[in-house]
Amino acid sequence: MFANLRDKLARTRTAFRKVEDLFQSGKRREEILDGLEEALILADVGVAASGRVLEALRTKTRKDAGEADLERALKDELAAMLSRRADGRPDGSGPTVILMVGVNGGGKTTSAAKLAARFKRDGKRVMLAAADTFRAAAQEQLALWGKKLGVPVVKGSYGADPAAVVFDAIQSFKAQQGDVLVVDTAGRIHTNTNLMNELEKVKRIVVREHPGARLESLLVLDATIGQNAIPQAREFLKFSGLTGIFLTKVDGTAKGGAVVAIAEELDLPIRFIGVGEGEDDLFEFSPREFVEALLS
Amino acid sequence: MFDQLSERLERMMKFLRGEVKVTDKNMAEALKMMRLAFLEADVNYKVVRDFEARIKEKALGEEVLRSLSPAQQVIKIVRDELAGILGGQQKPLLFSSRPPSVIMLVGLQGSGKTTTCGKLARWVAGIGKSPLLVSFDLKRPAAQEQLKTIATSLGFPFYEMTSARMASPKEALKELLVHTANRGFDPLIVDTAGRLHVDDELMEELRLVRAILDPTEVVYVGDAMTGQDAVRSAQAFEEKIGLTSVILTKLDGDARGGAALSIVAVTGRPIKFIGVGEKPDKFEVFHPERMASRILGLGDILSLIEKAQGEADVAETEEMARKLRKQEFTLEDFKKQIVQMKKMGSLSDLLGHLPQVGPFKNLAKAQVDDLKIAHFAAIIDSMTPEERENPRVLNGSRRARIARGSGRPVNEINQLVRQFQEMQKMMKRSVVQKLLGGLK
Repeated sequence: MFANLRDKLARTRTAFRKVEDLFQSGKRREEILDGLEEALILADVGVAASGRVLEALRTKTRKDAGEADLERALKDELAAMLSRRADGRPDGSGPTVILMVGVNGGGKTTSAAKLAARFKRDGKRVMLAAADTFRAAAQEQLALWGKKLGVPVVKGSYGADPAAVVFDAIQSFKAQQGDVLVVDTAGRIHTNTNLMNELEKVKRIVVREHPGARLESLLVLDATIGQNAIPQAREFLKFSGLTGIFLTKVDGTAKGGAVVAIAEELDLPIRFIGVGEGEDDLFEFSPREFVEALLS
Repeated sequence: MFDQLSERLERMMKFLRGEVKVTDKNMAEALKMMRLAFLEADVNYKVVRDFEARIKEKALGEEVLRSLSPAQQVIKIVRDELAGILGGQQKPLLFSSRPPSVIMLVGLQGSGKTTTCGKLARWVAGIGKSPLLVSFDLKRPAAQEQLKTIATSLGFPFYEMTSARMASPKEALKELLVHTANRGFDPLIVDTAGRLHVDDELMEELRLVRAILDPTEVVYVGDAMTGQDAVRSAQAFEEKIGLTSVILTKLDGDARGGAALSIVAVTGRPIKFIGVGEKPDKFEVFHPERMASRILGLGDILSLIEKAQGEADVAETEEMARKLRKQEFTLEDFKKQIVQMKKMGSLSDLLGHLPQVGPFKNLAKAQVDDLKIAHFAAIIDSMTPEERENPRVLNGSRRARIARGSGRPVNEINQLVRQFQEMQKMMKRSVVQKLLGGLK
């Protein structure tokens, strides 16, 4: 499976070549670290998080550390940051409700379909709820996916309260004793309090109507995103009780390094990554493999 | 949008203002702070380096050292350079001298192309044009329906493109152009499939559409939240397709928007519009000068005034400004202002236009509930003229009467009075008075 991931990530690697060159070049540690900082910033890890990674490298390596030592230390450091909460990915073993949340254009609808396809393949009883009652054709988009995947979709009407759609979906999810319900929500900018309150209501309905279900709230982040990912994660955590990140569009040249800062600052795990437009283009996030794929 | 960036730069400027002379040493400090501020704002690393070098060269020149106020001059250099990168003068949307004009929108997935098509159609209709919309996104499920829904809800025609038609693309595109010209539509607004810029197949498809339609404008739709990669994707579209301008989307959040600098720096194409919300009217003409001022913490008062003049009664606005200056502002005026603000759109929007420094610092963050505005208006309506002129007479029994009349709880009336008094106090501050002076 990871051979495939590596293949898809091939393009993202070019920027990291520079780092690799440094490892081979026999430069002094500080010079190597400077180059490393640049590469991390170019990967959207951010000034602050990059600084902390470098500090850790300084304390954990000797002044005369060779390229190989630094390479290992860097990979260890990044992997450790991304591993702290690596356990507990939802597997549909008990009734699970997955909320897909995030700003506009991150890929929530496509990612919801990918998750539905995956759990269906695992033999789970899967349902989709189209709780995006705002964006034009969002309902149709998810309905088309449902048809393609053979997964039932609970739809709402445009302008309706998304919490009402979720309420209906939960009732039919319970009646049919489903395993996994994936809820697609409308994109919203995290600074819009009204829309964030609306999301909190959706979450509340899930908890109230299906207290026995596991609630997984995934922030869908586009790999091209910059430092705004961090305030976004903070706000969505506050309103929708985030349990993890779904990183999308990892098949371009963007590296999605912002998730390093999120994992570190907010202690949130990255659950899945999406790498294409097809329903099978979904991978479980593995910190070690991710770091290896980026630096290999 | 550039809130935090402004804050950082403001700090740097303060630092510089405290210095009597610009020296190599304090300049280096200041430039480092600027570099970090820009990097945190997602301006591309290389763009930042470039910018830094230019500032350094100009700021350390003889001219500055000899001048009386070097800090002032450095501020001017930074501002001018920033405005320079952002495009100097504001550039209008181009139309062909031989209609129909074709405006083609390209960009990555999820950058907001389809939503922007609707906004753009509404904007051109506002200047008397009759747009036709078409989408070449035949891959994403329901992409056609999305644009069709947007077009229909705004009352614009939509041209249905199908895979069957596109099987012979040249004929299909020519047919589209004939249809547009024959029905007298102008411009034709073309939505395209979002795909990663490394997707050669898509680029080939876009190149073909571009070659046959010969668009007047090829607009790159860029997401203001993009990080370092903004440079690479914009550059790829510029090199492989050829762009004429940029529209920046999702500026309604708190993204620092460094992508704006990156995209413009790398493509050399001007930003013409910005998207500031999901609804079709959340679309504004981009002003480079203002944006540069805004980045430097001067705020976007001009945009605010333009918006106010567009939608509110100009005479009333002026009268209000006069009263504010003279501090004759009463609850009656407060209500008028509330009603006007409702006309202008949400209050939260408006507050976003104020400079995010000084007395306004946390104002934009204060969430304004638009429903509350309606309640406030109801409360003021339930007051006697005397009470509106002089809220100090509002004792307990008067407040209870107003509560009954307006159907709002007494504590809300207390809150209104308190807010009004705070506002009066704020209006007396010299900074605000100065700003209002500029409002004349």
